[in-house]
Amino acid sequence: MEILKTYKIYIGGSFPRTESGRYYPLKSSRGETIANLCLSSRKDVRNAVVAARKAFGTWSEKTAFNRGQILYRIAEILEGRKGQFLEELIKQGIGRKAAEKEVQASIDCLVYYAGWADKYVAVASSVNPVSSNHFNFSTLEPMGVVGIIAPQESSLLGLVSMLIPALCGGNTAIVLASENLPLCAVTFAEVLHASDVPGGVVNLLTGSIHETAPVLAAHMDVNALVSENLGELGKSLSVACVDNLKRYIQYSSGITQGLHEIIELQEVKTTWHPIEKIGGATSSY
Amino acid sequence: MAKKKESPQGTEWNYSPSPESTTHVKLEKRYALFINNEWVAPSSKAYFPTLNPANETVISEIAWANDKDVDKAVRAARKAYQEVWSKLSGAERGKYLFRIARMMQEKSRELAVIESMDCGKPIRESRDMDIPLACNHFFYYAGWADKLEYAFPTKNPKPLGVAGQIIPWNFPLLMAAWKIAPALAAGNTVVLKPAETTSLTALKLAEIIKESGLPPGVVNIVTGHGDTGAAIVNHPDIDKIAFTGSTNVGKIIQRSVAGTHKKTTLELGGKSANIIFDDAPIDQAVEGIVNGIFFNQGHVCCAGSRLFVQENVAEEVIRKLKHRMESLYVGDPLDKNTDIGAINSKEQLDTINRYIKIGIEEGAEIHQSQCAIPSQGFFCRPTLFIGVSQSHTIAQEEIFGPVLSIQTFRTVDEVIQKANNTPYGLAAGVWTDKGSRIFNLTTQLKAGVVWANTYNKFDPVSPFGGYKESGFGREGGLHGLGAYLKLS
Repeated sequence: MEILKTYKIYIGGSFPRTESGRYYPLKSSRGETIANLCLSSRKDVRNAVVAARKAFGTWSEKTAFNRGQILYRIAEILEGRKGQFLEELIKQGIGRKAAEKEVQASIDCLVYYAGWADKYVAVASSVNPVSSNHFNFSTLEPMGVVGIIAPQESSLLGLVSMLIPALCGGNTAIVLASENLPLCAVTFAEVLHASDVPGGVVNLLTGSIHETAPVLAAHMDVNALVSENLGELGKSLSVACVDNLKRYIQYSSGITQGLHEIIELQEVKTTWHPIEKIGGATSSY
Repeated sequence: MAKKKESPQGTEWNYSPSPESTTHVKLEKRYALFINNEWVAPSSKAYFPTLNPANETVISEIAWANDKDVDKAVRAARKAYQEVWSKLSGAERGKYLFRIARMMQEKSRELAVIESMDCGKPIRESRDMDIPLACNHFFYYAGWADKLEYAFPTKNPKPLGVAGQIIPWNFPLLMAAWKIAPALAAGNTVVLKPAETTSLTALKLAEIIKESGLPPGVVNIVTGHGDTGAAIVNHPDIDKIAFTGSTNVGKIIQRSVAGTHKKTTLELGGKSANIIFDDAPIDQAVEGIVNGIFFNQGHVCCAGSRLFVQENVAEEVIRKLKHRMESLYVGDPLDKNTDIGAINSKEQLDTINRYIKIGIEEGAEIHQSQCAIPSQGFFCRPTLFIGVSQSHTIAQEEIFGPVLSIQTFRTVDEVIQKANNTPYGLAAGVWTDKGSRIFNLTTQLKAGVVWANTYNKFDPVSPFGGYKESGFGREGGLHGLGAYLKLS
């Protein structure tokens, strides 16, 4: 007899149930219950933000190389758990071939961004040749705590594609999983947990995004919000973001992968330092 | 056996031996050539011994490749390039490099021990610097393989083809990583020749490469002497030569390829200036001086071998330097207490001793530490020369040993002129508390790497290479990619 999995949420490196105790059933196309998922509450969102903020210092202060190694490690662990993800995708109605492609693409996404971690700063920063005697350089810093509303039509790849560039750049995250395809999100949290990702760097909640997304959008300790185009909901989230001028990044044309996805969640800092001008200047080589 | 030392205060330094274990290390009695992921006996049937310079014992026998073997290797590299490697996506190439990096990390202790045995460098250095940097170099360039268009937007970057690479004996595995990783990331295949006195870690890397499943022929390792290197340089089907070694040999190579289609990058010698200003934090500066010239027995192309101390702090710096030198432990490279290991070969030790003799003859004042040195093996005491001037041979020529030439200066203007007054231009060090002075010097010093308030710091993301006769081209970072690509 099979031991059925209890799907919990992921906050601060632990797997608690929602503090509200509520649930919602996930039904198959034939109307059978596949699993009961936590219907996360506003308090869960606030707890997740606290955890993400707490973890930000440690995560952003890791060397870029170390973050790259950790992203690669997530790929290693995900590769090992391929079978479990295939099963869950198929359970949620995705065809086998499409499921295999999706898992492979998710692994490739992790390897791709693992390779960016210690490079994006070199490509996107600059030393600026100002006209005064100053050494002037512009470099990038992570925005901080990022709220991510995972694409609703994807169980794994959409979430991974939005989350990993944020992590690569040193941000921490609260992810709201797809309502109708939530299983892989929870299992992915387990993969993160097994991959040297410190607790609180990624927090993952299942539930109704109409209930939880507005909390994230209005939260004064969240620095940025990422989602696909959410229509009317998206519009009200934009308004909620205004109070602390959250940067709201919208992937309006589907899942993409590249340098820009990292840079969008970075701030630019420009520093000036005087250059002493004494002697030595000749035209000799 | 515990070693006793008498410090100037009269207290005894007692070091209990702390030997690194070698029992887990796997080494063959004899190594063949690595071509097409196979171990191939050399056509010449000739082998030569590789010694442990700390005790002069033979570790293994190394194959001596002749021009037939080099031709075999180049053909293998060309075939692999045309039929397999150039057809893989960048992401696929990257995945192989990530695998190699991870496998090197798994075997890092074994690699460190072998490096110290074969090269003479202290185990603390090979364990904590050489091997981690080598692994990280592969991991770093793995990530570039599918992102080349970001490094060279609109330039349609493409590989050059087959690269011939010749590396020195001072950082054997690290130099192999510096050469192979970017070449493969950019889509090239490789024929690499390690230095004759330090082939072992390159051969262990060959084992790892085979284990990683890298397609046969993408990396080929041909061991041998100078003639093997010449055969690579002169082979008509090589598209790119990368060389790290002495300036003299670099010039020979450059002459050989002049007029051919072959692209080159050269990373050559140096006589780098390490400059201490009067507002420098003196104790840190003294550590920086020691690190600059005694790290790796001074076998460093970017060693801070010319010290410039501002006059008003010269007496204090030199006094503290002499004191610090007395606590440097010269000994068995495999002992974790050792600061300064063995000189790589008898030949190099003879060269260093020759320069020490010249330094004395030309009138500089010599000071050496009083430490005990082992009776066997090739060892040299840390050495200072005081009262050196620009006209002295030891201020001009690269010694490549733990020998420091000390000059003084008064003004910023003067030290910039003196520091730049050399055909070399690899590195420089600047020690001062004043930030604006640092940026003045970094702007004015004709050196490819300037270290401010530190020395001998390396990172895969940081470009390294020289000005003038220290060579051209950069290794590491985004700038390290260009050497292995053609842009249109």
